[in-house]
Amino acid sequence: MAGDILAMLVNADFWVAVLRIATPLILGTLGVLLCERAGVLNLGIEGVMVAGALTGWLTVYLGASLWTGVLAAAATGAAIGLLHAVLTVPLALSQHVSGLAITLFATSVSYYAYRVSFPAVSTPPTIEPFAEMAWLPIPVLAKQTPMTLAALLAVPAIAWVLYRTPVGLAVRAVGENPAAAEGQGLNVIAIRTGAIVAGSALMGVAGAFLTLSAFNAFFFNMVNGRGWICVALVVFASWRPGKALAGALLFAFFDAMQLRLQQGGGEGVPYQVYLMLPYALSILALVLVARRAAYPQALMKRYVRGER
Amino acid sequence: MRLEARGGVSRFALVAAPFAAVAFTLVVSGLFVAWAGAPLGRTYALIFEGGFGSRFAWSETLTRATPLILTGLAAAVAFRAHFYNIGAEGQLYAGALAAVAVGGLADGSGWASSPALLFPAMIAAAMAAGALLLLMPALLRTRLHVDEVVTTLLLNFIVLLFVSMMLEGPMKDPAAMGWPQSVALTDGLQLAKLIPRTRLHTGLLWGLALAGLLWAVLRYTTFGFAVRAVGANARAAAFAGVPVTRTTIAVALLSGALAGLAGAIEVAGRTAYVTLDMSPGYGYSGIVIAMLAGLNPLGVVAAAIFVAGVLVGADSMSRGVAVPTYIAEVIVAISLLSMLVATAFARYRLRWN
Repeated sequence: MAGDILAMLVNADFWVAVLRIATPLILGTLGVLLCERAGVLNLGIEGVMVAGALTGWLTVYLGASLWTGVLAAAATGAAIGLLHAVLTVPLALSQHVSGLAITLFATSVSYYAYRVSFPAVSTPPTIEPFAEMAWLPIPVLAKQTPMTLAALLAVPAIAWVLYRTPVGLAVRAVGENPAAAEGQGLNVIAIRTGAIVAGSALMGVAGAFLTLSAFNAFFFNMVNGRGWICVALVVFASWRPGKALAGALLFAFFDAMQLRLQQGGGEGVPYQVYLMLPYALSILALVLVARRAAYPQALMKRYVRGER
Repeated sequence: MRLEARGGVSRFALVAAPFAAVAFTLVVSGLFVAWAGAPLGRTYALIFEGGFGSRFAWSETLTRATPLILTGLAAAVAFRAHFYNIGAEGQLYAGALAAVAVGGLADGSGWASSPALLFPAMIAAAMAAGALLLLMPALLRTRLHVDEVVTTLLLNFIVLLFVSMMLEGPMKDPAAMGWPQSVALTDGLQLAKLIPRTRLHTGLLWGLALAGLLWAVLRYTTFGFAVRAVGANARAAAFAGVPVTRTTIAVALLSGALAGLAGAIEVAGRTAYVTLDMSPGYGYSGIVIAMLAGLNPLGVVAAAIFVAGVLVGADSMSRGVAVPTYIAEVIVAISLLSMLVATAFARYRLRWN
């Protein structure tokens, strides 16, 4: 058993799988992080990922380029994010309730749209997905698609924006203390809306990775809880982009390991136990970081000007 | 742009809001129907007929509404106390599994041979399973401030995998030809039919009774007051001497028990055994129903019947016109969103300055 695990760890294919599994989680977690840093929970992520997966794929299927598909997914995410922003920021509705409603809405509209477009297909139509970056002289990364590279580059980019630019400062300010931010002349509603729209665009791209890179078709239930995992990962990451990357890689590590162990056929252990592992470890991780979790102070608190 | 509370909330606005939401829903859903290229009036008529147009339609709708009322109540009571239990789906399966474990596996062994004893044991086991499943997220929330949304969501996946493990392992029905399906309940444990030759069973009465009971508890008891106080403002409630932690945990146990009961009622009333597709997301729909009902237990009954009618109606509609059955979820989602916005506007107005 120990020998098997060691053999797995030195196998490059294993790490290729880890990075592939991590990519949508990195993008989604960064998206949730942006929203929550501005003080708004976004449980719409699960639905946004479904919608992004569908629109990205459909755009390419209809003849556009792969990168246009990515843009379409981002635009879809941004549009749904704007709906969530309007409901939670100016209308100050419950962020939990709005997010769940958005997930239901985006998921059902996506499934409906797919069925209207392809009424009776037994095998899902396919596209030519992103190719591996064989030209890249870096071992594991050369086996990934450009979307993975983009996700990895997004981590320092978002960290830079959050910690080194006035925009980032404004986002963090409205997430910590919106009343004080307003006192400094910041427009809380505009900044929160912007952060949710940008974050949701990233979630849309996270969904598109599934149809444009990991697979080549759209399936029902293909997102399968990945969005919820991202919401957990953000807590685990203490709302920091670098730690979000680490969290996504760690989760992907256990997910990839679980797949290998399943194939290895552990004696007498039902395969479901392995499948449970990533979810159980996510809960464990939340418990472990709970004591020192640095929540944005205004997270999940509605802000209505003049109301205390 | 900012929100401003209306001076007095007019009764008219509160009554008009749901109607405005329904009208808006019909218009927007109509666009989706038109997109599929189907005749609008006929599609709506078929959905309505399929859901509410006949004795048979009503029996199917109410059968579908039964578990939805229970999961809706589970969500409503929890959300009232701002305890966001998104795990009703998992709790429902845990309840169903516990029901079969008590009412199916103990077949013929001593004390278990009498249905009069076995039935309450089965119901109690299901409620305990649902409640215990939610106890960990509740304790994590009250002790360590771990957000219950994430933990309950993740537990759904774990429970479903556990159910799958049980159905392929110790609880597998050997007579099911390799199909992952649990052993069936003992005959005497099944709920009676409410209307002969339909699927409608007495589980509906359980749902209606519990809705009334929960409404009264929330409105007239100290516990109900504590739940509402914790939900309205936990800090103020603590200052006023309401035991916030204890109330939150009690609410969690109650919510989990209701969802677990939904599983037992489904097994005893409809399926007789557990399969992995026995619930097409009843737990998640329960959340939607609770929100549609404004977290009012009596409203949950109406909302559950509405959602069930749309789901059943869409199934029968799709046999007549070429509109995918997913239109049902689209209609429910849009009605939820528009209901949320409509009630917000009944209480607040937007100022553009």
